[in-house]
Amino acid sequence: MLFMQLFLILLIAYSFGFLYYGLYRNITARFQLRIGPPVYQSFMDSIKFFLKKETTNHGWMFYLGPIIMMSGAIMTLFFIPLFTTGSDFKALSEYGNLFLVLYLLVLGPLGNALAVGAGGNPFGAMGITRGLSRLFALEMPFYIAVIAIMSLNSSADITTIASSQTTFNAFVYPLLFIGALFSFVGMMGQSPFNVVGAPVEVYSGPASEFSGKFLALLMSQSAIFTFAKLVLMVHLFLGGASSFIELTIKTFILFFFVIAFGSLYGRFKTPQSIDFLLKVPTAISIVGLLLATWSA
Amino acid sequence: METGFLKEQKILEGDLNSDTSHKNSVDFLMNWFRKRSIFVLAYGTGCGAIEMPPTFTSRYDAERLGIRGSATPRQADVIIVSGYCSYKTLRRIIRTYEQMSNPKYILALGSCTINGGMYWDSYNTIKKLEDYLPVDMYVNGCMPRPESILEGFIHLQKEIGEGKVSSWEKYEKNYDFYRKNQEAILGKVVEPSYEADWYLYDGGL
Repeated sequence: MLFMQLFLILLIAYSFGFLYYGLYRNITARFQLRIGPPVYQSFMDSIKFFLKKETTNHGWMFYLGPIIMMSGAIMTLFFIPLFTTGSDFKALSEYGNLFLVLYLLVLGPLGNALAVGAGGNPFGAMGITRGLSRLFALEMPFYIAVIAIMSLNSSADITTIASSQTTFNAFVYPLLFIGALFSFVGMMGQSPFNVVGAPVEVYSGPASEFSGKFLALLMSQSAIFTFAKLVLMVHLFLGGASSFIELTIKTFILFFFVIAFGSLYGRFKTPQSIDFLLKVPTAISIVGLLLATWSA
Repeated sequence: METGFLKEQKILEGDLNSDTSHKNSVDFLMNWFRKRSIFVLAYGTGCGAIEMPPTFTSRYDAERLGIRGSATPRQADVIIVSGYCSYKTLRRIIRTYEQMSNPKYILALGSCTINGGMYWDSYNTIKKLEDYLPVDMYVNGCMPRPESILEGFIHLQKEIGEGKVSSWEKYEKNYDFYRKNQEAILGKVVEPSYEADWYLYDGGL
């Protein structure tokens, strides 16, 4: 029964992830006054890469990298309940809490770093250096906000945090939400914090050396991971979800905001994005934390 | 009634969906995914590269047909040899082509890749690209406009859908022939030295 449920969740995350990625390409195209690809274009891209006849390999660590990323994404997904009321689609959330999810969020990038290092591509190494430095800066405001939410609810259980919101945490603690949202834009790989895979400067960054099935795996991973992160954000700040319709609406609103924000702003350089993230959103988060504890 | 861009889209896609000559349903599906998703290497080899930015950006928007740019050869399906090709560039094209993973395709633009074009008596450009690398599709003109490039892509997609394109197999089977021609022009060491060699040793000098 649990196995069946996990499989269903994976299927939902996979299709939602690719649908959202397709929508991202389509909506960005409309922002740029062009028609853009069909919604299922990203899905076709990933299947095409699975159908490539050969794949470049650079030893076993390179081989393991995408697999570690995929397992990181799937485990993150499984420890986040899909719905916060009722007993459906709870997955493995009763066996782990928010601390575990926060840990699993960074497992993928670390696995990727090892693989890219084994690949030996200078652009990949450059991309991963930028990625890890940015990841450190991204974590600060997000973790401060999440830890504040945890301590205010005196619980690290995602279901408890989500279901105890009578008004959304986003409105009760707006500063925490804004601080976390800045990080979230970066986590979704959106402008202005998308220096990791900047096509002009570092080619595809960490993905430079991956081809064929490795790239297909990375694309599927990013689709699943995107959905998991959206669901986590909805549960923490937007009051969770009790049905598919509610989940779709809330994740889509969040996703649309991230796309729109990303389309508006140009790209920061690495030092600029680290400086900004460690100054403005971190300060907002800290002020939010102080205000929340003071009023509590 | 639809006009303008949307109408053009319908006409182009109608051409794409009309093929029926597939062996079985698995082949059909595989070719369908391959033709609807084409990653083009962002590499301009000649003056024709100037026509590629408008093809991929808002004005002509190749992405609506599933054609998009790719930054590295590992992820690319198509390399465009856009116009005249000097011996020095040919070394780079050969290395890049061999770095791409199968199935891969070559699209050649302009008369220069067919017969040398206006560079037919130049001392350092190749005359006939077909002798050195297998070409899947030629787009004629000097230079072909983005409309022609899109039409070339549509034809390429149609042939991929029908399973007719197998130039990478041709390259592997007739590697002796291509290698002999490449060595005749470029000498025994066909591929360029990496830039790092130039700094570390005196390889480039």
